[in-house]
Amino acid sequence: MSFECSVAVIAGGLSFEREISLRSGRRVADALRERGYGVMELDADHQLVESLRGGGFDAAFVALHGRFGEDGTVAALLELLGLPYTGSTFDASRLAFDKLAAKSVLGRAGMHVPLAIPVAEGALRELGMGALLDRAMSELGLPVVVKPNRGGSALGVRLVDRADQLPAALMSSFGYDDTVLLERYVAGTELALSVVDGLAPLPAVEIRPKEGWYDFAARYTHGAVDFRAPAELEPDVAASCFETARAAHLALGCRDLSRADVILDSDGVCWVLEVNTGPGLTSTSLVPMAADAAGISFADLTVHLTNRAIARHPR
Amino acid sequence: MLQAMRADDPFLDRYAHGTRGMTASEIRALFAVASRPEIVSLAGGMPFTAALPFDIIGEVVAEVVAKEGAAALQYLGGQGDPRLREALVDLMTYEGIHASGGEVVVTAGSQQALDLLARMFCDPGDVIIAEGPSYVGALSAFSQYQVEVRHVPLDDQGLDPEALGETLDQLSSEGKRVKFLYTVPNYHNPAGVTMHAERRGRVLDLARRHNVLIVEDNPYGRLGFEGDPPPALRASDAENVVYLGSLSKVFCPGLRVGWALVPPALCERLILVKEAADLCSSSFAQSVAYRYFAHYPWRETLKALRDVYRERRDAMLDALDEDFPAGAKWSRPQGGFYVWLELPERLDARAMLAKAIAARVAYVPGGAFYADGQGSSQIRLSYCFPPPNRIREGIRRLADVVAEELDLVHALGGIPRMDGAVDDSPPAGWGGVQ
Repeated sequence: MSFECSVAVIAGGLSFEREISLRSGRRVADALRERGYGVMELDADHQLVESLRGGGFDAAFVALHGRFGEDGTVAALLELLGLPYTGSTFDASRLAFDKLAAKSVLGRAGMHVPLAIPVAEGALRELGMGALLDRAMSELGLPVVVKPNRGGSALGVRLVDRADQLPAALMSSFGYDDTVLLERYVAGTELALSVVDGLAPLPAVEIRPKEGWYDFAARYTHGAVDFRAPAELEPDVAASCFETARAAHLALGCRDLSRADVILDSDGVCWVLEVNTGPGLTSTSLVPMAADAAGISFADLTVHLTNRAIARHPR
Repeated sequence: MLQAMRADDPFLDRYAHGTRGMTASEIRALFAVASRPEIVSLAGGMPFTAALPFDIIGEVVAEVVAKEGAAALQYLGGQGDPRLREALVDLMTYEGIHASGGEVVVTAGSQQALDLLARMFCDPGDVIIAEGPSYVGALSAFSQYQVEVRHVPLDDQGLDPEALGETLDQLSSEGKRVKFLYTVPNYHNPAGVTMHAERRGRVLDLARRHNVLIVEDNPYGRLGFEGDPPPALRASDAENVVYLGSLSKVFCPGLRVGWALVPPALCERLILVKEAADLCSSSFAQSVAYRYFAHYPWRETLKALRDVYRERRDAMLDALDEDFPAGAKWSRPQGGFYVWLELPERLDARAMLAKAIAARVAYVPGGAFYADGQGSSQIRLSYCFPPPNRIREGIRRLADVVAEELDLVHALGGIPRMDGAVDDSPPAGWGGVQ
């Protein structure tokens, strides 16, 4: 059987979001097969370059999350191979993946970003920064969000209500990156805003965890969260939120697809927490949910992204 | 056009209570990476099946097909192959057990026996007493029936009878129904310790006095490196002990053959529960196991396996002695698969796991082995699967991670004791950890 288009779906890898990525990749591969594409699922491992070289692919669908994927590593590799791929380039991915760097860019572009103080493991160990954590806390106020500067799926993210919880939260976060952000907590409505180039604005998805907050378990356990898609927003508010997400997408130089995670506070200010260039595409993920609410099936979304990549083919 | 959505699991409101603890967890996501070949996994308890005599096993399988194919591929009575049950009885004589095949029920690994016993005995809210720490697979099996597990501490002599007595008194004063005491007396998973002979007598007495059944789980008993363990609890009490055996460690886990040796009063009911669950265990696997143990030199294979595991145990203990930072404490197992280690300065084993995996070594955080949130600074290290040089390398990597964590804790001025652990996933979320 021959296919008009042959696509490598790259998923897995050594990132801590391996399992999630494999789920995303499997779903993408199924959707593409259903639409008649020839599909090969590739793990991001030692054989990747060899498999991509010998595979005769028209494009690669990058379904990686976290390190060695969403951080642009694989995009750089694909550029060098001359194989068109879905999603952002190395530069944009790298920038968005580094929350602190992305914050500066977004802040300079006029967006609201919560104040964050970086704490490097080296500064604690070698420079005695521990003595300054009290000051950081008083500047930020409680509660504080502690998160790895680079990483996703809320892995290593802890919500600190009391100052004495900070050391343990830092220890957890440092497991995922050697720089950790102490970020001012913004109360409000949690929204996921998906931006897909070439499609009309997708509706915001509101996230309402049934208990606690939207942590890793809540993200990937069916039923742990009530989602509203579309979110219950006045049309002008919804439009301005989407504009914020699109502005963030552009400011960071994202391509094809991004998802901005934002908090809409009680004054109507849309705070951008982060922008994901490799958002989850699992059955509990937010981008597919937004597309679905707009009447776009997962297969349609997948085909749309894939065809954008194929259209960039140098041949 | 507003609509409420709950992701897209259409069965969400229909799941049974007993499976609701089975959620995604951060730790499971980390383990997805830990299975990669770059990582020295000291986490899983997989027997080293590569050391098995495949030529012999091939012969056995061919023989089963040639000589009894029709029967071996047919259903069988729920109690299991009578020939195999007799062979299993022979297998148990080494630890002083004298029984008949009629008291044995063959199960799909002893794991199934744990499930069947909990199903047979437990209503929601009933209490099972288990060692603290205890085998994670047992905790998972029990949690399906919404039981309350009460842990009794163990030390290097195994389960502490003193503490067991206190727990039993406490539970009876609370008016709780204890359905059984679950214990792994030999080369404990995860603690690596063996219950002292004198303690075995005291545990039996206590259980009798409080009218509590004992479930004695003994998958590792024949994997002693320094001679055999003391006689089984069942050897002294045929009326009040259910003994669980398994071929997974003395032969291989792939056949899924385990068994329960039960007091006569329980036997018929257990067979009915077993038949209701799956009619019978694989007849083919039972035929293979029977022929292997009846006609082939299985003791030689077992000795070879024991030698492999002893060498690995030694490699792990030597590496720990050499490389590990002061303040850590660990068990020195005389058999089995596991070393149980207490991290220095109450380091959080779950918080440390991401760093360890980034440093290419994996372990199981101790919290998995408790049903009540204990074990945060303990870890289980398995030496059964990786070869000695990989074990040494893994321990070196882990020692570096621990040293770095200690540095960081000191830089932070210590970690206050937290109430409410982070990522406190219940044992049911640990499916697949042996």
